[in-house]
Amino acid sequence: MRKHIAATVDVARVAESVRSIPDVAFATDYRYMCSEGGQTLLRQAVKEHGLSRIVVCACSPRMHEATFRKAAKAAGLNPYLVEIANIREHCSWVHKDKEVGTAKAIALAKAAIAKVRLNTPLTAGESPVVKRALVIGGGIAGLQTALDIAEAGYKVDIIEKSPSIGGKMAQLDKTFPTLDCSACILTPKMVDAAAHENITIHTYSELEKVSGYVGQFEAVIRKKARSVAVDRCSGCGLCMEKCPSKKAASEFDEGLRTRSAIYIPFAQAIPNVPVIDREQCLKFQADKCGLCAKICPAGAIEYGQEDELITNKYGAIVLATGFTTIDPVRFGEFGYLHHKDVITSLEFERLTNAAGPTQGKLVKLSDGKKPKSIVFVSCVGSRDTTERGKSYCSKICCMYTAKHALLVKEKYPDIAVKVFYIDVRTPGKGFDEFQRRAVEEYGVEYIKGMVGKVTEEGGGLAVHASDVAAGTKIVAEADLVVLATAVTPSSDARKLASMLSASIDTDDFYTEAHPKLRPVESPTAGIFLSGVCQGPKDIPETVAQAGAAAVKAIGLLSKDKLLTNPCVAHVNETTCSGCLACEKVCPYGAITADYKQVNSKGLKERRLIAHVNEALCQGCGACSVACPSGAMDLRGFSNKQIMAEVDALC
Amino acid sequence: MLAEKQSTEQNFEPLIVAFCCNWCSYAGADLAGTARRSYPANVKIIKVPCSCRVNPTFILRAFLRGADGVIIAGCHPGDCHYTTGNYFTRRRMTLLMGLLGYLGVDKARLRVEWVSAAEGNKFAEVMTDFAGTIKALGENVKLRDLRCK
Ligand code: FES
Repeated sequence: MRKHIAATVDVARVAESVRSIPDVAFATDYRYMCSEGGQTLLRQAVKEHGLSRIVVCACSPRMHEATFRKAAKAAGLNPYLVEIANIREHCSWVHKDKEVGTAKAIALAKAAIAKVRLNTPLTAGESPVVKRALVIGGGIAGLQTALDIAEAGYKVDIIEKSPSIGGKMAQLDKTFPTLDCSACILTPKMVDAAAHENITIHTYSELEKVSGYVGQFEAVIRKKARSVAVDRCSGCGLCMEKCPSKKAASEFDEGLRTRSAIYIPFAQAIPNVPVIDREQCLKFQADKCGLCAKICPAGAIEYGQEDELITNKYGAIVLATGFTTIDPVRFGEFGYLHHKDVITSLEFERLTNAAGPTQGKLVKLSDGKKPKSIVFVSCVGSRDTTERGKSYCSKICCMYTAKHALLVKEKYPDIAVKVFYIDVRTPGKGFDEFQRRAVEEYGVEYIKGMVGKVTEEGGGLAVHASDVAAGTKIVAEADLVVLATAVTPSSDARKLASMLSASIDTDDFYTEAHPKLRPVESPTAGIFLSGVCQGPKDIPETVAQAGAAAVKAIGLLSKDKLLTNPCVAHVNETTCSGCLACEKVCPYGAITADYKQVNSKGLKERRLIAHVNEALCQGCGACSVACPSGAMDLRGFSNKQIMAEVDALC
Repeated sequence: MLAEKQSTEQNFEPLIVAFCCNWCSYAGADLAGTARRSYPANVKIIKVPCSCRVNPTFILRAFLRGADGVIIAGCHPGDCHYTTGNYFTRRRMTLLMGLLGYLGVDKARLRVEWVSAAEGNKFAEVMTDFAGTIKALGENVKLRDLRCK
């Protein structure tokens, strides 16, 4: 049951016991401090009692610090003369005994009072906003975000690491539950983005480095060498046809087909310009061939092309790095490596896609014949608390498995289709109806039970599983086994997170600033989250979140100036010895050194003094600890303030 | 006599100061609260912008004033909001632990933990475990400066 602070903390007693502390002019309790009433009370108290500092004992400062600072400002006080004692999340909500809770709340209040005594008025500076956004990832999430930002009139750059935009959605066949063709709804968006005057797309590009901060990010983008001149290539495709090296596995087709060394990943790719896979190309590997350069009618082949580094400034950055799926090799029991006819759901998508390697004909990979029976296995690697799997639910697998099963039955009613599942989870508009249709109308057989192993038997496969309803073990024959592998964040999510100082969880999904109230923002100001990189999502949810991320980015870009954090480092020039230990630990290069005239023990002398660039300083405080003379301190979290808190608590 | 000593030992409520960085661990503590994951009330949190803001003197001061345990919680290595702050924390605290050992203070009284904003459960577990350790270690008598109070 959710309760108020007062359930486990005697708030009247907290007020009572701090009242007698020297300098405390007024203390009271109130039920809803963050409400309008609470703020009025605060303003009145400041006026009536001539208060010069405020301590609010309430919920986490992460929730309402800004609210109370605003109220202080309205009462004519500097907003930084407010401190919050967190007696909700850190006290009332975690301690059940009222005596214990009250005692701790009093201690926390005393610490905040000790600190606030030493607070000084601070004024936030201003920093300009670059009116341009960077979107990382060119899948449906990134495209939607970019389009929305561009439509609002701001410039957007998209970087996509693969040779074409489109992402995972481009690989899919149909989408649930409406069964519209994935490519048919995605490609117009790709074209829109490519044609938009406010959007610049950098494909085959990666983020190299980011510096700066909200409103003023500076990004270095590495445009990998395509070996083909984008402006000259007409996309005729002659080079791909003639290329003698055709053994590379097609990434787009999940390795179900091979491609040439010079290739365009798929027919509707944007840009429709090939790239040379240098690992596969004979010219690069053995200095032979060179055929494509000879035959290209536009003379667009450039073997000598090098990676290009582009540096740009951005006000906002949106992460839309999407997902990949867990490697089924981890789950040896399914025999993915040993049986050709054990495939993943994404491979199945390519197999049933009319533009796929079999033109949509469903065949066994082992012999090219039509399968007579198919078994789908859900939760491969999802809801798996062992080391090898992921503990979360991948959310989309139940629905796409139902989609696959239904599509098979629709095209080939004679194929027997079984689905093994732990639970069927189908919340969503039209989702449950869809899954039921697969069962009731199309005769897909759903069996609740886990699959133990897949073996080869009599030329086909045997799926050994439990049937929970019947309480027995069963062996199901299958010509094809399809594994619904868990959704996992893109492999470079963690690298990007550290580059951008964006938070990431233990599963490598980006963390939002608040799970309920700020779901599309990273805790790092100016970084926004779009799509599956934040957590598993289906397409409509991804699009909705992409739009929300765009709105947040637009909100930022529409401002001319941002208020900066005034809690930054500052130097006491008379005690600074100029050793510059501070400079070495500053992650932002915010500390420089200048020769200055200073007063040292009554003598005037000119010496080296550290200097803090307040616009660059982010207020971590590393320098204040590194400083041997204590000359470097941090506003808002000064040595004296923290020491006062320690003294109050101990 | 012995029985009396044992009973005071059982009633011993240690004083524990937790320095939590604003971006990960303080938020983790908030999440522990939101999820009602309880931990001993002996733990009192001081917010710092980054774990690297914790000056070893704050810790020594806490011990002098009678704290029985001090714990510093920051973002996981590599995840510091300020990129490198917790690396400094890690090195500084390793040195400080050596110094504490030299001073005759059990270095288990000082702990460094990485707790992310998403790890409310871990926050509660870590604090419960640390409080247990400190309770078992008993009162911090070695560094306590009686004039401090
Ligand atoms: S911000 Fe958490 S350790 Fe630096």
